[in-house]
Amino acid sequence: MGALGKPIILMVGMYAFLKFVLPNIPGSAPLPSSLIFLYLLLTASGIVIFETLSGESKDAFWGPIQRFLTGENIGGLQALRYGVFILFPLLVGWQTYGSTAVSDLPPTESRTIHPAPPGEYTGLSNPVPKTPENIMQGKGFYAAYCSPCHGGNFDGKGPAARGYIPAPANFADPTTIAMLQESYLFWRIKKGGVGLPIEGAPWKSAMPRWEVELPDEWIWKIIMGEYDGAHQSPRTWE
Amino acid sequence: MSAIQEVETVQRALRAIRGQERWLLGLLFTAGWFLLPSMGLAAEGTAAGPTEYRDIPYIGSRNLVWIVAQLHLLLAGFVLGVPIFAWLCEVIAWRGGEKRYDKLAKEFTKLLTSAYATTALFGGILLFLLVAFYPKLMNYLTDVFFPSFLLYCLLFLLETATLYLYWYGWDAMQYGRKKTLHVFLGFLLNFFALFIMIVPNAWATFQSSPVVIADGTAFERAWAATWNPTWWPINIHRLIANVVLGGYICGAYAGVRYLSVKSTEDREHYDWMGYVGNFIGVFGLLALPFAGYWLMREIYQYNQQMGITLMGGFLSWLFIIQAMLIGVLFLGSNYYFWLGITYRIPGSEAKYRRAMLMMLISLLLCLAVWMTPHSLVASIEEAQKMGGAHHPLLGVLGVMSAKMTVSNLMILITFMSFVMYWRAGKQDTAGWAKLGKAVMGAVLVVASLAVIVLGVWGYFVPAIVRINYFSTSQVAIVGFVILTITPLTALLLKSAKTTTEMVWGSMPPRAGYALVLNAVMVILLMTLMGYARSSSRVHWHVYGVMRDTSPYAYSPALGSASLIMAFCTFFFCILVAFIFWVATMGDKYKAAAGSGGKGELPHGIPAMAGGAPEERQ
Repeated sequence: MGALGKPIILMVGMYAFLKFVLPNIPGSAPLPSSLIFLYLLLTASGIVIFETLSGESKDAFWGPIQRFLTGENIGGLQALRYGVFILFPLLVGWQTYGSTAVSDLPPTESRTIHPAPPGEYTGLSNPVPKTPENIMQGKGFYAAYCSPCHGGNFDGKGPAARGYIPAPANFADPTTIAMLQESYLFWRIKKGGVGLPIEGAPWKSAMPRWEVELPDEWIWKIIMGEYDGAHQSPRTWE
Repeated sequence: MSAIQEVETVQRALRAIRGQERWLLGLLFTAGWFLLPSMGLAAEGTAAGPTEYRDIPYIGSRNLVWIVAQLHLLLAGFVLGVPIFAWLCEVIAWRGGEKRYDKLAKEFTKLLTSAYATTALFGGILLFLLVAFYPKLMNYLTDVFFPSFLLYCLLFLLETATLYLYWYGWDAMQYGRKKTLHVFLGFLLNFFALFIMIVPNAWATFQSSPVVIADGTAFERAWAATWNPTWWPINIHRLIANVVLGGYICGAYAGVRYLSVKSTEDREHYDWMGYVGNFIGVFGLLALPFAGYWLMREIYQYNQQMGITLMGGFLSWLFIIQAMLIGVLFLGSNYYFWLGITYRIPGSEAKYRRAMLMMLISLLLCLAVWMTPHSLVASIEEAQKMGGAHHPLLGVLGVMSAKMTVSNLMILITFMSFVMYWRAGKQDTAGWAKLGKAVMGAVLVVASLAVIVLGVWGYFVPAIVRINYFSTSQVAIVGFVILTITPLTALLLKSAKTTTEMVWGSMPPRAGYALVLNAVMVILLMTLMGYARSSSRVHWHVYGVMRDTSPYAYSPALGSASLIMAFCTFFFCILVAFIFWVATMGDKYKAAAGSGGKGELPHGIPAMAGGAPEERQ
């Protein structure tokens, strides 16, 4: 079991790291099982690749598995072998049943955070001049309408944020508004959560439809204020 | 004709068919089946206007066109990719005098003749289906591209004639000036093939990023439509992808033959052929991510909606699958190199095992980053713990800055795998060897660090700076490494002493399987990206110009699409296997009759990167 022991320890260690260590790093959160599965799959692939690079390492790795499965010279492990033969199909069956049986749990979520905008919103540019006054005014509107959820520091940690799942967007995160054009934000603010396409799961967003309360000019100013306050720049092509 | 005469004619006809009822029933049934689409035609046409769509029962017109178009494209990729390296092999043999490369080139070209006919056949079927199912769209495209249709026909004639001359003239034009002429024919073959690819690319890219001008002559309108924003990015991307496809398929062919042949001579030959196929595939693979990135950038810049649909919207999951497939390709190719070091160069394993482990770990870490999605698949409970579908810590790995960084690092690692293979079994004798290796090591370390620094910095600059400067700098750095280390290594090896002879035909069976796996991954990748590119147009035939008003004006779910992709991959593999079987049937017969034989095949002779120069005598 020598050559087989290391891979087993590595797999168990990797699982423990992903399940118990990584989530406890400050600023982190528990990983979904899909991601843990993905990383474990990569680890297992690496083990198989490395252990089969030469004839000796391949024999040392596969040999014990082969001997165990064929029952060749395994002595007292025969009972364990039969146990595996009985339990393994049962485990597969249980997994299959668990993943296909009717359940009262909600389905696994694969929400697209940034779905494609409707055609009429693509190609729009901010008509409001980028002046310090307009930016200040935008920040003022932001403070009044947006900061309760998105936070005074533009970090998604406003006083009302804890009441929502998914949490309000963190604009200071470089993977949110910095990836998008201003016209995209205009669409999102104007149409709110209910305006999301189906892949964006409109039922998951509490974002108000601001077009009923704010004029377009204010929305454009809010966008300028958001980018400035979060120290980010919108995506442009020039 | 009077009424009585008509009745008599019918009676005579009825008497004539007596006894043939079953046969006639079958004929009527077949005719009825073929006429079924016309029922769909009636459903899709308008009372007053011309027919816009036709359909076919069960499979559906869209699915049928999808499958045939994908198969045509895969075959075309093979037919256009193989001549590139067949010609390169011929040139190597012509200039370097190594006959085995000429033989290899001929073996590849032999596959071309039957593959070419099959490609044309699928092209013809595709054209008929498009005209039948989408008459409105085809009318419009014909109106826009009429001059290039004529050019395409002319190119096809020239390509066909050149291919026949190239293949059938191989033995007759082996020596002297005739060989020069033959090499020139090979060049012409590739020249026409390039245009055969880029002309229809204009039609396909026009559908995604149309440029429509109302005025001007037919030629001017066609030219404007041809020169659309995604035309050249697709041309470059497909050209490289075709080389990759051709290389890996030939590698797979060699792998399958390697697994089945009995004689030592054949094992040596197909081992070497597998090496060349893998080398060509890897060579193209190193450049492919750059070309893909440029294409996506142009699409995003052309239209935000299309860009986000692909990169952030409902098609973005395809890019996670793409990462997995490319990752398997990188792992498979490196694995093949490492197996080569272990098995072809006895005694090298102990020396390089640690380096291989480091490379493997680095590749897996890069792949883990590449495959981490921005929005994660999570249960409600898991999403609640994360605060949404976005992980607060690992979410940063889901964006382009991280992906570009790791793809560049994976290219660097793969290149170093190749260099390691190249150097295995040699001992440097040059006086400057120590200095040279130190320079190469420094270049590699500094370049890797620079790629990582630019990747991290990319999070803190405006998107346009990252895209236009940082990402291109990363590509330039990797290019610089390749262009620096390759000639330095070649110079070092020129005077190196061979300590271990390369032994061909000693690879284990899993090396053959790795070659087959790589080919399947490339085919899957092409079917996947074919779906992505077409689906990014969403409900438009021609984006923003001609709307799809058929019942199929929706994007199929990823699960349904994956079934079609899997079918296309499977069917293409079957087709290629059939083509190879047909192409090698004669050889088998000759071999069985005792008149065949492999002739001058490699006997411990190194490949391009396999051995010391003195062995090439």
